[in-house]
Amino acid sequence: MRLTCTVNGTEQHVDDVWEGESLLYVLRERMGLPGSKNACEQGECGSCTVYLDGLPVCACLVAAGQAEGRQVGTVEGLADPEALHPVQQAFLDAGAVQCGFCTPGLLVATHDLIARHGRPSDAETREALAGNLCRCTGYEKILDAVRLAADRMAEPTAGGDR
Amino acid sequence: MSTPTRTPTGAPEHLTGPGSGGVGDDAQRPDGVLKVRGEFAYGSDLWMADMLWGVTLRSPHPYARIRSVDTSAALATPGVSAVLTSDDVPGEKVYGLELADQPVLALDVVRYQGEPVALVAADHPETARLAAGRIHVDYDVLEPVTDARTALGHPTWNQVHDSTAEVTELSRESAHLHPEGNLVRHLKVRTGDPAPTADVVVVGEYEVGMQDQAFLGPEAGLAVPAEDGGVELHVATQWLHVDQKQICAALALPPEQVRLTLAGVGGAFGGREDLSMHVHACLLALRTGRPVKMSYNREESFFGHVHRHPATMRYEHGATRDGELVYVKAAIYFDGGAYASSTPAVVGNGGTMGIGPYVVPNVHVDCYGAYTNNPPCGAMRGFGSVQTAFAYESQMDALAAELGMDPVELRCRNAMEEGSATPTGQVIDSPAPVAELLRRLEAMPLPAASGDGEVDLRDMPGGVSNTTHGEGVRRGVGYAVAYKNVAFSEGYDDHSTARVRLEVVGGEPTATVHTAAAEVGQGLVTVEQQIARTELGVERVVVHPKDTSVGSAGSTSASRQTYVTGGAVKAACEKVRAQVVARAERLVGRTVPDLRLAGGAVVSDSEDITVPLADLLGDDVLEETLEWRHRPTEAIDPETGQGFAHVQYAFSAHRAVVDVDTELGLVKVVEMACTQDVGKAINPQAVVGQIQGGTAQGLGLAVMEEILIKDGKVRNPSFTDYLIPTILDMPPMRIEVLEYADPHAPYGLRGVGEAPNISSGPAVLAAIRAATGLPLTRVPVRPEHITGT
Repeated sequence: MRLTCTVNGTEQHVDDVWEGESLLYVLRERMGLPGSKNACEQGECGSCTVYLDGLPVCACLVAAGQAEGRQVGTVEGLADPEALHPVQQAFLDAGAVQCGFCTPGLLVATHDLIARHGRPSDAETREALAGNLCRCTGYEKILDAVRLAADRMAEPTAGGDR
Repeated sequence: MSTPTRTPTGAPEHLTGPGSGGVGDDAQRPDGVLKVRGEFAYGSDLWMADMLWGVTLRSPHPYARIRSVDTSAALATPGVSAVLTSDDVPGEKVYGLELADQPVLALDVVRYQGEPVALVAADHPETARLAAGRIHVDYDVLEPVTDARTALGHPTWNQVHDSTAEVTELSRESAHLHPEGNLVRHLKVRTGDPAPTADVVVVGEYEVGMQDQAFLGPEAGLAVPAEDGGVELHVATQWLHVDQKQICAALALPPEQVRLTLAGVGGAFGGREDLSMHVHACLLALRTGRPVKMSYNREESFFGHVHRHPATMRYEHGATRDGELVYVKAAIYFDGGAYASSTPAVVGNGGTMGIGPYVVPNVHVDCYGAYTNNPPCGAMRGFGSVQTAFAYESQMDALAAELGMDPVELRCRNAMEEGSATPTGQVIDSPAPVAELLRRLEAMPLPAASGDGEVDLRDMPGGVSNTTHGEGVRRGVGYAVAYKNVAFSEGYDDHSTARVRLEVVGGEPTATVHTAAAEVGQGLVTVEQQIARTELGVERVVVHPKDTSVGSAGSTSASRQTYVTGGAVKAACEKVRAQVVARAERLVGRTVPDLRLAGGAVVSDSEDITVPLADLLGDDVLEETLEWRHRPTEAIDPETGQGFAHVQYAFSAHRAVVDVDTELGLVKVVEMACTQDVGKAINPQAVVGQIQGGTAQGLGLAVMEEILIKDGKVRNPSFTDYLIPTILDMPPMRIEVLEYADPHAPYGLRGVGEAPNISSGPAVLAAIRAATGLPLTRVPVRPEHITGT
């Protein structure tokens, strides 16, 4: 089948998509956007978290056809080329990136969390990110990164694009 | 970070510390920007326009004879390019890290569920999977052996203290798994009085379930056939050269025709020491003449790598009335599963360090590794030390209770220190602050009691499931301390190779560090840059892609790379630096004793000399390549276990605070505190990250992580059913890092990664016992162990 959707603001047309393919597969293998990760492909780990019409979803659980005509946002679209979003910068500064395989999904989920909550409490952060597994960090530095990003984004001078 | 109490050796002070980007700084990882932008290429991200997808057909049976394999229907599937079986393996048909006993593709017998039987390459992964399902394998299903003690002919604990038990003969009689018998290794430690007596004796039996590494990035890689008849393999792995050696044997190709490059690695934790898709992808690529990508899904990943050995252990501790350990006897059984993998070395660790960081005059340990029809077990972070720590620390708590002593007091009273002898007769010749680690934990404030103020469900066991508002919830506090060898042991020639180049690029002095050491997420690439910055006084350090065009770096395991590859990089930098200094002296026409490299120049503190490297080097390239070794270890005596087995030990301790809903058996870990001696923190932020991550994996094994096996079959190969800690499960952590230099190690550093993974779980178990008053001798602790229902 042919799939048409908008990914990170750019309209994409892909041909010969097999109906059984997930949005994750199409992003990674057909659109050259492997940033969203394939850690479990069963909706348990959150590594493939993307925006679908503005809502965070596991791309592995979205059939490719379900994305037809819709807006998809991935980690590759969080910031302009050559720039980093404050959430990305905070993950680096806090040391929240080790192997990095969970990072793209956590960035999208954190981006969404801060957009909704501004400065989330730790308890809110833990609830919001409970669907994103990380095996390297023990999550402490991820919490540090969320606090750092939220603080920076709340201060207009230190912010950046939100 | 706590204040270092001893000055580390070797690091030039002016080039280290915060902000320098050198040794001791929280330097940022060079791959960080790519990783947060989603542009870092992991093994599963690799892609070529004309590539095929490879998939594996695996045995559904834990033990079966293969009567026949019919691949015709699979081959006839449109889109399929190749279907391969063991007949298509041109070279050695078996491989292995320590013993070559594991078939590349099943020969006449399959010995575990998930054993690879055949391969398919097709133009779409789903086509390949469909075709694999059309391969007809006729199995004669056999009765599996699924228990280590049964496999060894040790159905009871009778042999535990009988040093004359002829284990090998027993296992040979029942040797239906492997022709040489079911015993992989039996390690004996014998020291002191063989028949000691003591005032107080405690005996316990313990069991540890099978843990999975659960790295998030699946086994993956891309094999590309080369024009010279060889193959280029890009793969996520832990040791390129040991892979290369095994791949060459299987493909019957020389090393120069099997070239490996490290693909991005999404975590490892030991699970990538053994081959997975490596040979398979190469076979398919060579057969089809096209690039072949293989990437396991999560279910296949559970079958595609070795796990942590499950263990059954029996311990007997004898002590004086006032709490001095007199003797420890232990029998430790590791279930190695169907193939040896690294079981011999796991047994080595389990046996030599199996009584913990304590001074005990009389020791009698038997540690066994056995073949069974369970999934193969091998390396996982903590490697043979995680299992025994649950047992020996539980024993220390039981002994403290029997003596009416405080558990920390009992531990401190018997703690190893510098100058102590281990049970293997090795005198510890660097700091061993076991008691201090515990005392520092004790001095840390405890978290507020639950139920202080308004109840927040999110703080309760069971969380927002709203299972309790505090009724039936009891708090417990537990302590544990552990130690672990760093680097490879028992006489292994453990070395690394580093190539360091210094040149001027675009007017800027630039160092390039080339090693084959696998970066798996831990931050070795950052450490390599930091060392080069400190030693060469340049800001710009490029880390060359990791590949086999430079010599072996050894494995990224055993907490060894910062020590061994770090040591190699440091030594190569020193050789380059010597060349630079010699040039500078030629330039100024005399010897200047205090010339050093800083700020991109050769400078002297005593004289007004500043020679920019850009001027000194011009277009010249200075390059040095060397192999570096830590001081040698030695094989241990086969009858007594005595010998200088380990080059260095790492020590850590944990305090766990838990709330337990005793009615439902639910556990909420409230806080974890950790103290660890790291010798010298090369990158303090990364050190803390290792401690936090290791703590999480230990906690996971204590309360939730287990591969459930029934009759040799895995029942939970998914993240739905195999649970790892989420951000809701992990509590806040207090961490104190001590830096007592090891005078034998580069910069005085100590390997960091594994120790915190060993002490955290036993502390959690101790805390649950303290909360419930139950003996709890098995991990992971399940709700029914607490409720007794």
